[in-house]
Amino acid sequence: MNNRKTTPYALVLPAWVWLALFFVVPIGGMLSLSLTTGNVVTGFQQTFEVGNYATAVSSYWEQILRSLFYGGCATLVCIAVGYPVAYWIAFRGGENKSTYLLLILLPFFVSFVLRTISWRFFLSDNGMLLGTLKDIGLLPEGLTVLNSAPAVILGLAYNFVPFMILPIYAVLERMDPHMVEAAHDLYSDRIRAFTKVILPVSLPGVFAGVLMTFIPTSADYVNASVLGGAYNTMVGNVIRTEYLVNNDYPIAASITFVLMGLLLIGIFSYARALGTEKVMEVHA
Amino acid sequence: MAPPTSTTQPQASASDAIPAAEPAISLTGVVKAFRSGTETVRAVDGVDLEIGRGEFFSLLGPSGCGKTTTMRMIAGFEDPTEGVVRLDGRDVTGVSANHRDVNMVFQSYALFPHMSVADNVAFGLRRRKVPKAEITRRVGRMLDLVELGHRAKHRPTQLSGGQQQRVALARALVNEPSALLLDEPLGALDLKLRQSMQIELKRIQREVGITFVYVTHDQGEALTMSDRIAVMNNGLVEQLGTPTEIYDRPATRFVADFIGTSNLLRGVVSAASGGLWKVEVADGATVLAAELPDEVTTGSHIHLTVRPEKVNIGTEEPEGQVSRLPGTVTETVYTGAATHYQVDVGDGDEVTVYQQNASGSALVAERGERVWLSWPPHHSYALPS
Repeated sequence: MNNRKTTPYALVLPAWVWLALFFVVPIGGMLSLSLTTGNVVTGFQQTFEVGNYATAVSSYWEQILRSLFYGGCATLVCIAVGYPVAYWIAFRGGENKSTYLLLILLPFFVSFVLRTISWRFFLSDNGMLLGTLKDIGLLPEGLTVLNSAPAVILGLAYNFVPFMILPIYAVLERMDPHMVEAAHDLYSDRIRAFTKVILPVSLPGVFAGVLMTFIPTSADYVNASVLGGAYNTMVGNVIRTEYLVNNDYPIAASITFVLMGLLLIGIFSYARALGTEKVMEVHA
Repeated sequence: MAPPTSTTQPQASASDAIPAAEPAISLTGVVKAFRSGTETVRAVDGVDLEIGRGEFFSLLGPSGCGKTTTMRMIAGFEDPTEGVVRLDGRDVTGVSANHRDVNMVFQSYALFPHMSVADNVAFGLRRRKVPKAEITRRVGRMLDLVELGHRAKHRPTQLSGGQQQRVALARALVNEPSALLLDEPLGALDLKLRQSMQIELKRIQREVGITFVYVTHDQGEALTMSDRIAVMNNGLVEQLGTPTEIYDRPATRFVADFIGTSNLLRGVVSAASGGLWKVEVADGATVLAAELPDEVTTGSHIHLTVRPEKVNIGTEEPEGQVSRLPGTVTETVYTGAATHYQVDVGDGDEVTVYQQNASGSALVAERGERVWLSWPPHHSYALPS
């Protein structure tokens, strides 16, 4: 056998093994689990029961929609907060850019759950934020934020905003500063230079940031269970309950695939709407 | 100062392009200081320039000499620490770039990657709210001028380096600015393309008649294209003049070294006779000079320069009113069109000679051979010490 022809395949082999072991096998296992019937006592039989999906959607469509809504809102908050921060670090960070980036990443040194729990104290009725604002009369005495949709969205945005900042920063950082000067040279004020040049050129970074925040926020369950109370549960909470509490593995697996399918459809229509060329193009 | 019994020697012609009454660009006492840590660096240290309308003007110098900073102050990207910048006689010091009637071509081109070639070129006109029909017409005409009409709908990233360069040029020129600023625009191109773009740029400048200010560290480029050149070093203009003035009459040792290759000979002025100065150089040989600076008298120590292509090399002692210098060939380099000789003329001084291979490529002398160097007196030029 020609050695030269086989070498590339041999080199790719570890990657294929890795993908097979940690991606194809688990997904395949989940898929087959979603098509079984039975219970944890008698065991699950492979019956190719498609009805699991119908049950999953009809029982939990509310949580599924809510998840996408919360995830979407959190993503918008992440753009609103993350873009200015990324812009500021990239263009005004000077010599301290890496320090600022470290500060952005610093919360990751604390456990995700712990960080979310700390928001319970932060947002509690007489806590640091609300208590102070109520004391100086800026908020009505009876206002409650905890256990509401805004609390979950704020928590999600807080936890995932670094994933928005970093890709936007990466695009802005390697943007040719002369390009911005060229915009000014061609009679653009600062606003025009931003809307006509900087923003469109940085869109691939925003696109990447949206993927990296929307997907995990829609599938999250920690924020909803810690900050959302009983009435703001997301699809992640449902999966967890079905799996760990009700032990209904087929339903848990079906919802997982419904969520994954919705996210994939969302991503591809989003990419198409923005124009794949615009989104996938890597600017030198 | 002419020698005592003066014979007239042809002077390098004074600037053909004397700035018009109202210069397109004028800099008066311009200083730019940057703070770096605790130090203050004066990148531009007091520059006065007047650039005439329609002139092709080059700022030439090594990196860090202040030429780019000077141009950026004309563009409005930097504010001068001291001094005044005027465009068409109007004081624009402190006016931001988007309110100045000059446009820039960047070394990196800085094209907008998310727009087509035509949209790139139309960018400035759109910001100025020029009517749509006129934009279409002007963009089309400009793309034709740079021979890129057929590429209007392409993205800049789909074009070659030379084509991107021409888009950058069109994007600036289409606005019909009172001056076009070019920051090493050919720096990223390979040699062949650079040479054809030099001719191209010259053609375009003639056709549009706009003032070009050209920043470069490439002396060949500056000499080829410019009407006038300002040679800069350490934030100062060392010499301002036409290419021939700069090349044949370098005002300082820096200019002589930076522009082309110069042979430097140390010598003592010994006598003047027949309208010519005699200068004793290494090993007691005598060199003739037609003109020396005013302060020079007999006995002065001076530095003489002579360009390599002005020197003749031969095996027999030359006759007539020429500088004569014996030496030994230490190296010969064949370059095709010419052969370069290194000749040791004693006292460790070496003279480089370029000999055109007009009648065949045979060597005049081999390495180690004794030769005579000679050149007409008016090609010896004394540098102020």
